[in-house]
Amino acid sequence: MTAHYSALLIVVPLVVAFMVTIAGWIDKRWCFPLSAAALLATFLASVGVLAEVQQNGVVEYFMAGWEPPVGINLRVDHLNGIVLVAIAAVALLNLLGTRPIVEKTYADRLGAFYTLYILLVTGLLGITATGDAFNLYVLIEIAALTGYALIGMGPGRASLSSLNYLFMGTVGASLYLLGVGYLYLATGTLNMVDLAARLPEIYDSRLVLSAFILCLAGLCLKMGFFPLHAWLPNAYAHAPSPVSSLVAPLVTKVMIYVMVRVMLTVFTPVFAFERLQLGGSMVWLAVIAIVAGSFLALSTRRLKRMLTFIIVAEVGYMVGGFWLGNRAGISGAILHIVNDAAMTFCVFLAAAAIQQRNEGETIDDLQGLFAKMPVTMAVFVVGGLSIIGVPPTCGFFSKWYLISGGLAAGHYGFVAALLFSSLINLVLFFRIFEIAFFEPFTDHHGGHGHGGEGVHGVAIEEAPLQMLVVMVTAAVMLFALGLYAGDIVEGFVTHVIPAGIL
Amino acid sequence: MEAILSSFLTKYNYWVFIGLVMIGLYALIAKRNLVKKIIGMNIAQTAVILFYVSIGAKQGSTIPILDSSHGHDAHHAVQAIDYINPLPHVLMLTAIVVSVATLGVALALAIKVYQQYGTLEEDEIQAQIDKT
Repeated sequence: MTAHYSALLIVVPLVVAFMVTIAGWIDKRWCFPLSAAALLATFLASVGVLAEVQQNGVVEYFMAGWEPPVGINLRVDHLNGIVLVAIAAVALLNLLGTRPIVEKTYADRLGAFYTLYILLVTGLLGITATGDAFNLYVLIEIAALTGYALIGMGPGRASLSSLNYLFMGTVGASLYLLGVGYLYLATGTLNMVDLAARLPEIYDSRLVLSAFILCLAGLCLKMGFFPLHAWLPNAYAHAPSPVSSLVAPLVTKVMIYVMVRVMLTVFTPVFAFERLQLGGSMVWLAVIAIVAGSFLALSTRRLKRMLTFIIVAEVGYMVGGFWLGNRAGISGAILHIVNDAAMTFCVFLAAAAIQQRNEGETIDDLQGLFAKMPVTMAVFVVGGLSIIGVPPTCGFFSKWYLISGGLAAGHYGFVAALLFSSLINLVLFFRIFEIAFFEPFTDHHGGHGHGGEGVHGVAIEEAPLQMLVVMVTAAVMLFALGLYAGDIVEGFVTHVIPAGIL
Repeated sequence: MEAILSSFLTKYNYWVFIGLVMIGLYALIAKRNLVKKIIGMNIAQTAVILFYVSIGAKQGSTIPILDSSHGHDAHHAVQAIDYINPLPHVLMLTAIVVSVATLGVALALAIKVYQQYGTLEEDEIQAQIDKT
């Protein structure tokens, strides 16, 4: 059983996804328990794999017993081990937390919704676990296609945004596929480790250089790296709330993981950092991404849209940190993949709860919300503080690593951009806190309620209990990730970074 | 000139695939009609598939099916040079499925957009969005 954990991680949700469809035809009440059981099993398997990785190092699984380079393998090491746990945890928590919204909004399409949800998670887990470059493409498309469908289920502009996302996403994936084709042409293999072994002899070949550029361009498009981010804000902001709190924390982060994987394992740092000397320019692009993302976030007054622009800036953090090419920078980038998944999940879930109670979607509609939804707003504050980077939340620690990486590399532009973005985030979130806390709730409708601590006699209209429990768990996770940040870096991240990098 | 011509003639499959990708991307970027964009996207995807298929082919080789019915050379070692490389073709079976699925989802979304706005022209949709 333990030997199969890494395969079960993908097989269980894949099989259950189809069972959920069938359950949707027979009795809709079975959809949610089945999905929850599958994701719980997935989460336990991911923790099992991580424990095994920590004990014995890299876990390899040969699908159907075919060894690479002939067969497809799953390869879990310290890097994707923690990403797998993060994906499984966020997916499970989001499934549990958003149940009230989903059952209200998609009562007639529960089977379809949960099937797509689970297939999306399967795709993301597969992307993270696979050790095969072509298999990666297929799984990227599985995750993307289910994502388009889920986003397209939303109201209003969702289908148009989803279609634009589909155009951009398909171009990105096709570029990556083309890059893999060039690599196959150059080496005759598709296995990542095998590729890394065969590439050094032909580093000077223009074919390898084109493959590198195509892969990187495709991945940058998929992760929403400014200026290739145009699809992201619309798709994530117009998606149904239960979907945006799944895709916003996970999809971009998984694509950044893929970039780290492709650079560290396939092309190796020798090629990416030393041969091409690409680090400096990529970090400057990241600086532009961070500054632009921050300004765009400042320019909108719609809550979810603002949060999506923060994601654009955060993508810049991780890409920039990685391309600094030193130990602290790469550690910060990898740590931030996990931390950003947790804190984005936290704020998006809170935003989902707010939007469910509150019809408006601009931040001016949040007046007096602290009195009305104290727990939700407390969770939102914790998430906001983490995105700003206030200790002891986890956002502080990854930002600390990123900044010390920037200082060690002597890249002061990146350091300045990080500090600038933190300041903007401070403004963004305190603007919301101020509106929600100080300005009184204008609706006197609830004045006669005896809801307890309502400041202006406003009745407490909290989100459903199930959602609150999950939100509070997510908020506590931010502190836990912060307190254990050192252990995560010591225990996992340092093993990922190749020996040659200082 | 001669060098360019010979590179064109000997590697025409690459030129064809590049041309098709460019046609697809052009349609995707320049066309304002959503269905035309979808067609462009599909052309670009198909071009990548054709690229993969073409790299498996070799001059003077045959399809990779071992013919053991002749008996006398059944124990003969298989010469890879005699057969075209089947791996890219097998990979493309998956990629074709992916591209069909993408096309399906894209058309489904286009139908939803049409039901919502009553048009598939991007300008008109944008005008409707700006109005509200």
